[in-house]
Amino acid sequence: MSIEMTKADVPGVPLLEVRDLHVEFRTREGQAKAVNGVSYTVDAGETLAVLGESGSGKSVTAQTIMGILDMPPGRITGGEILFRGEDMLKMPEDQRRRVRGDKIAMIFQDALSSLNPVLSVGYQLGEMFRVHRGMSRKEAKAKSVELMDRVRIPAAKERVNDYPHQFSGGMRQRIMIAMALALEPDVIIADEPTTALDVTVQAQVMDLLSELQRDFNMGLILITHDLGVVADVADKIAVMYAGRIVEHAPVHELYKRPAHPYTKGLLDSIPRLDHKGKELYAIKGLPPSLTAVPSGCAFNPRCAMARDVCRTEVPPLAEVTERDGSPLGGRTSACHFWKETIHG
Amino acid sequence: MGRYVVRRLLQMIPVFIGSTFIIFMMMYALPGDPVRALWGERAPDEAQMAAIKADLGLDDPILLQYWNYLVGLVQGDFGTQIQSRREVIDVISDALPATLRLTALAFLITAVVGIGLGLLAGLRAGKKTDRGILFLSLLLISVPVFVIGYLYQTYPGVKWGWITPTVRDSENWGELLLPALALASLSLAYVMRLTRSTIVENRRADYMRTARAKGLPQRRVVGNHLLRNSLIPVVTFLGVDLGNLMAGAIVTEGIFNINGIGRTVYEALNAREGATVVGVVSFIIIVYLVIALLVDLLYAVLDPRIRYA
Repeated sequence: MSIEMTKADVPGVPLLEVRDLHVEFRTREGQAKAVNGVSYTVDAGETLAVLGESGSGKSVTAQTIMGILDMPPGRITGGEILFRGEDMLKMPEDQRRRVRGDKIAMIFQDALSSLNPVLSVGYQLGEMFRVHRGMSRKEAKAKSVELMDRVRIPAAKERVNDYPHQFSGGMRQRIMIAMALALEPDVIIADEPTTALDVTVQAQVMDLLSELQRDFNMGLILITHDLGVVADVADKIAVMYAGRIVEHAPVHELYKRPAHPYTKGLLDSIPRLDHKGKELYAIKGLPPSLTAVPSGCAFNPRCAMARDVCRTEVPPLAEVTERDGSPLGGRTSACHFWKETIHG
Repeated sequence: MGRYVVRRLLQMIPVFIGSTFIIFMMMYALPGDPVRALWGERAPDEAQMAAIKADLGLDDPILLQYWNYLVGLVQGDFGTQIQSRREVIDVISDALPATLRLTALAFLITAVVGIGLGLLAGLRAGKKTDRGILFLSLLLISVPVFVIGYLYQTYPGVKWGWITPTVRDSENWGELLLPALALASLSLAYVMRLTRSTIVENRRADYMRTARAKGLPQRRVVGNHLLRNSLIPVVTFLGVDLGNLMAGAIVTEGIFNINGIGRTVYEALNAREGATVVGVVSFIIIVYLVIALLVDLLYAVLDPRIRYA
């Protein structure tokens, strides 16, 4: 990891910190607690993967960080989002807007629908420079070509005036990346950046993203449900379930020894060549509805290890240690039986 | 694109021939005889009447009459009025400016106020402003133009004296404002509703989320990203509606006493002046066709995904 610091770095203060965030949605069925006390941090040059099924609250957390959550129906009911120690939720909207795109940028899942269909990609890239840097149309266009070159779009100069539908899926996602990268932000949030792409293209886009992250020493929050994507690029993983973080660990630790039955289930459900011919493991049941989260541990109805205590008491996010009590690099797990899970 | 335009222009020919033919036949089918009308209450001189008819070609078979009319039209001859002996082309060009001004003003009101209120309602969907605007649009849609016209004439015109109840000088834009407002009301309501619904639909689009995530000011998010996408169907409607406004002008011109094409057609219909009616309607048809073509071409400018083939 790079030891180089940007000038605004304050020692001891994380670049971006989410602290005990709560977000609710008003729905016809009642209040849905989409995010229920989520905390995580990301530092410069670090990649945090946020893993979870759809509805686990991973995207809502990201949208809340960006300040692009639709409110209503969404409502932030508690917590802080600290960027370099300053709570963004308390900033006036105008100041917050200046941070968006400039200091913290976001990459979305489906580039075709996320890019404006009636504006040329050059215009959409150039907007970043024109709005945040006050550049002229011409300067902005030149910068856009540079950016497109940077994300290795062939014939960038000729294609700068083309429209999103004229590009292939992989090229479009490169344009999304270029747009997020335009002003060299400190943090990039990538919300399932490769889900809509072919497998071969997925790898290329992911490689490009982590290469650029290294070059610019950015913090990256990678939101995904794909364990395969995570292993190569992430430094640490936060696993989310029903609006909570259930396990948090350095990436290789987590793969080697999961400390939560849900994580274990996810890892077991990855197809493996040496299990060819055998039935693929799947976690039984469905993720809970957010308006009717089971009491106690939200995972208990699907958990093979569930006992009575799991149905009555919400497990706290406890520090995970070795058998002898020695620390395990700040790992945490929200399971009453994490010891049994990790140490067998 | 060039080939597309040529093809569309060629397509106009059969449309034009078909529509003029239908109007020509309808005029022929109407009871009443324009030549007989020259004598008014008096008994006509049969020989003289036959001579005039022969002179005007009105005793030819109807299809031959139509053919002669078309041949004249191609040479720029719109025919002559029977009673006044004036060239139809002169009658049209006298009446046209007033109608064009009225239509243009009504169109401007439709576009500006309609899109403006529709945008406001769409951005505040479900709130009081939205409900107020929807109510207004329902009111405008359900009350016919001739009722709205008389209401405008009676209240701001006669009772409150804010404005002259009839148009004395059709070159005075101020006097044309009320008639234009009456003429625009129906289209205005439709544009409002159409704009509102496309705004509501596009407001939650993924690219809108991207625009906000880029840290663009709200003004730019709405103006450059939301409106550009939402106005595509509205522009189509406005184009088609321009023709409707010209047709609607007939009623409005009657109420406000404007000397325009509407009145000309109305009077010509009463006097069974076939050449005038067909001439004016043909003109409106040409305007309609040209605007439809322009709208289709504008489509490609607004939406780059559309290609002409």
